[in-house]
Amino acid sequence: MAFSIYDFSTLTQSIHDGLSSRLSPTGTLAMEWAIVGIVILLFVAVFGLFLVYAERKVCAFFQQRLGPMRVGPWGLVQTIADFIKLLMKELIQPARADKFLYNLAPFIVIIVTFLAISVIPFAKGLQAFDFDIGVFFVTSITAVGVIGILLAGWSSNNKYSLIGAMRSGAQIISYELSVGLSLITIVIMAGTLQLSGIVEAQRAGWFIYRGHIPAIIAFFVFVIAGTAETNRGPFDLAEAESELTAGFHTEYSGIKFAFFFLAEYVNLFIVSAMATTVFLGGWMALHVGNLEGFNHVMDLLPPVFWFFIKVFFVIFLIMWFKWTFPRLRIDQILTLEWKFLLPINLFNIILMTVIVLLGWHF
Amino acid sequence: MSAIWKYISDVLKGIWTLIQGMRITGYYFFRPRLIVTQQYPENRRTLEMFERFRGEVTMPHNENNEHRCTGCGICEISCPNGSIEIITATVLLPDGKKKRIIDKHIYHLGMCSLCNLCVKNCPSDAIVMAQTFEHAVWDRTQLTKVLNRPGSKIMEGVKE
Repeated sequence: MAFSIYDFSTLTQSIHDGLSSRLSPTGTLAMEWAIVGIVILLFVAVFGLFLVYAERKVCAFFQQRLGPMRVGPWGLVQTIADFIKLLMKELIQPARADKFLYNLAPFIVIIVTFLAISVIPFAKGLQAFDFDIGVFFVTSITAVGVIGILLAGWSSNNKYSLIGAMRSGAQIISYELSVGLSLITIVIMAGTLQLSGIVEAQRAGWFIYRGHIPAIIAFFVFVIAGTAETNRGPFDLAEAESELTAGFHTEYSGIKFAFFFLAEYVNLFIVSAMATTVFLGGWMALHVGNLEGFNHVMDLLPPVFWFFIKVFFVIFLIMWFKWTFPRLRIDQILTLEWKFLLPINLFNIILMTVIVLLGWHF
Repeated sequence: MSAIWKYISDVLKGIWTLIQGMRITGYYFFRPRLIVTQQYPENRRTLEMFERFRGEVTMPHNENNEHRCTGCGICEISCPNGSIEIITATVLLPDGKKKRIIDKHIYHLGMCSLCNLCVKNCPSDAIVMAQTFEHAVWDRTQLTKVLNRPGSKIMEGVKE
């Protein structure tokens, strides 16, 4: 099996050839779907658990604590132990809950994260679906996650859940605008909505550098809005312990709660991956102008590692936000979106259009 | 026009304050030696506890099974949550005088808040704070302790 870590299309092509030599075209397609599904499922589980561990460690270090230390070396197995505990817990259902919607909601939330992951280009050729409308697909599919949250709050028959879901819905729907508009700012530059095309357009330089001022503004707007969209602090109003207990997942226990929890962290990954793909050059290595030697050394690191280094940088940035900034009130959150981020964003799009039309970018 | 300038300066000032906050948290993040929490002390053999640590109230006895407690009951009075009960006995001395001695110094560890008031107020320094730290037991009756050992008596020369 031919395989190069620098170009995953060799691996996928050899899998495809191997399958189609044994199966009918329909069977090959079904088999490939199954493989993609299993890979994404495993990735979500492993990466989600790792992110939970990373969050606890990062939070601890920001607060001058050690964090989990007792399960495994440096507490590395802690989240796996937590997950096993959640798997074994009883699934409690409120007596007067809407049974069907109550059971459906966690699946909507987790399936949305799977769908969003499927279009992210991890490395050259390592992308499950390469749509023409990748950016549009990601923004629209993450918006569907709101339905899961609203259903969870509505069907639980609990006022805390309902208020938490409404807050979460109001927040996510408002911040969708900023996410979409900040991505459009870069799409103007790239001239394509296809995610692999956007990455390819950054071969000459990352968009955050090529688009200079408007791209940097768009990057920060995207990170702020993305933080709000994943319901993370300082925008974690949906889970205000003292007012709303746990918000929309108050009534969920066991594996259904784990679905919400995992989806939250995988959404953090999706936001970071989108920021990486669109602003920070995706899996492209760091290249500086005409420094041939430097560029060559940077090319030695496989693209998939470059992708994850950048993703972890953005994830760390978002965690840094969470453990530094005080929480906002609901009216402050909506003020921030409608009175600050949205006007800045609209102005930014005009600025970017002018710059692209006049050719003032690098 | 001034409203626009105020808007812009508000945004910039807000960003500046956020950066200030991130600088402080970032300072601590990148200096792990400033971490203040301690790990659970697994090294029980070589462990040296801090002198100020208060584990439980104990009554030291010397090698002749003698303690310094006169049974005055000041610790019982000073205890804010009634964790100490003093039961005294009266003995007849050889010269015909009656003397009050301690019979049982009962200490409820389960109720104790380790405030150190009894130790501070003891006029004869009979009780001290021990530095033990693993107090979990299977039955709460085990948390009620009699501090003076059976057959012990008061040390010579302790002032009443």
